[in-house]
Amino acid sequence: MALYVDIQKHFSDFDLDVCFDTKENIYGVLGESGCGKSMTLKCIAGIERPDRGKIVLNGRILFDSEKKIDLPPQKRNVGYLFQDYALFPNMTVIENIKSGMKKKISGKEKNAYARKLMNRFFLDGMEKKYPSMLSGGQRQRTAIARVLASEPEIILLDEPFSAVDSYLKWQLELEILNISEEYGKELLLVSHNRDEIYRLCQEMGVISKGHMEISGGKKELFKNPKTVATALLTGCKNISPMKKEDNHIFCTDWNLRFNLTEPVHEDITHVGIHAHYIKVTEPDTEKWAEIERVIEAPFENILLVRIKDRGGNISKKTLRIGIEKERSENLVQGRKIGIMIPSDVLLLLSEKQKR
Amino acid sequence: MDMTPLILSLKTAVVATLITFFAGIFCAWKVVHMKRGKGIVDTLFTIPLVLPPTVLGFFLLVFFGKNGPVGNLLSQYGIVFVFSWLGTVAASAVVSFPLMYRTARGAFEQFDSHLYYAAQTLGMSNFKIFWRVVFPNCLPGIVGGVILAFARALGEFGATVMLAGNIPGKTQTAAIAVYSAMQAGDREKAYQWVAVILVISLVAVLGMNFVNSRQKKEKEER
Repeated sequence: MALYVDIQKHFSDFDLDVCFDTKENIYGVLGESGCGKSMTLKCIAGIERPDRGKIVLNGRILFDSEKKIDLPPQKRNVGYLFQDYALFPNMTVIENIKSGMKKKISGKEKNAYARKLMNRFFLDGMEKKYPSMLSGGQRQRTAIARVLASEPEIILLDEPFSAVDSYLKWQLELEILNISEEYGKELLLVSHNRDEIYRLCQEMGVISKGHMEISGGKKELFKNPKTVATALLTGCKNISPMKKEDNHIFCTDWNLRFNLTEPVHEDITHVGIHAHYIKVTEPDTEKWAEIERVIEAPFENILLVRIKDRGGNISKKTLRIGIEKERSENLVQGRKIGIMIPSDVLLLLSEKQKR
Repeated sequence: MDMTPLILSLKTAVVATLITFFAGIFCAWKVVHMKRGKGIVDTLFTIPLVLPPTVLGFFLLVFFGKNGPVGNLLSQYGIVFVFSWLGTVAASAVVSFPLMYRTARGAFEQFDSHLYYAAQTLGMSNFKIFWRVVFPNCLPGIVGGVILAFARALGEFGATVMLAGNIPGKTQTAAIAVYSAMQAGDREKAYQWVAVILVISLVAVLGMNFVNSRQKKEKEER
């Protein structure tokens, strides 16, 4: 797909500054709530107007502040699936679906097409029902059918799963993957849930406080998040500021030193360690970790440990370790353990990515 | 009893309400979407509600009078407001306008903006968005406004007397007939007109409550 976005917009509490272009069929934007994800979608759809910048969809300029181009939402051919679906309460399911169909087709064709979509989205028999009479899943499927009926070039999905129960979510995720394949539609999905983004998208970007930190392939991004905000959003629970010393780095929060074979870039300010990459070993007499708390999750336990040494130094913050249930039976509160962190799992992070 | 004042009142109120219906909705929609100067325009549209009707009548006379800017122009085409039925319509429309405008504005402000945006991104024209999406979903508020405006137009007295005068069979509406009857000492006639107006007003308010409760019920059922 070819959506190019480079926009800036000033708000009283933060500045939106987003730049990305998409190549894959499903592009995901990850960010905490209130970071400007929805605002970005609104700017692409033409509902909000950026102060500066450019939005190009498949070679068509939707917005360009320099050339003074600002197409109205009706002319952008951008579909928008709202978080609350925004179904028209005064229209029945079939009227909702027909509401966005192109003018050139006849009423008969519109009906036939609407019925086909309803059949496809398991809405048979619902034609005369009003949105208020539908279940959450039916509402979402109606909204999807309505967006598809308007034949957009791209569909923007704003937190599409946040309002549905978790058991429905799985089904709807598959539905969205199917749409992308079946209809060849390009999708732009925003979410605060890293798992959703990872499951659905190939390419993704991360927004933090209105700023697009990083954009690229999801695998690369999860493996090497590069910035603190990205590391946090992609699920890294252990992040500490660090100091450079001769040939090693010192993580100040954990009182831990690591030797590195390669020199560290000057932008690097933090170190991250995924909770699952820390291995539990026998304790050392020089330096050990003490289990401060055990948190039970369905399939694993999470240990919060504090690093201590013979010199009486105690780490400022705890480290999180994720460990399979069967291997954590003896690991109880107060126990001393050794930990092993291979230096190749360290994430070297900078405070902010330079554009 | 000569029913002319009642017929005149009803005719005036219907035409005035029709005018305020479209004008009120149009102005409310525009004001809701204004980015600058909203406060000033809103004050201007609301002021007829708080001004004494005689002051409004005075302004209308200045405006529509023979030497007024509009009155002068229109009189060349034979359209006269002063001491004519058109004057009663103009007075009633101006007095009832703020009621229509304000209730419509309230309804538009409460309207879920996501529905509007969804309609836009679906490619619906602005005309279609307004009449197919915004209007039906704001209908409860708008119907309330219509009934209020109609009731106010029906009972209009002060501005009407100032602009259109009290000419029996021509500009003497039911409300003015009460005044005339009292002036002439005809208490019996005054009582009759008071009763007629009371009944119409009661029906209007009951009708509004009925519409409101029915809409509330519908909303709960949905």
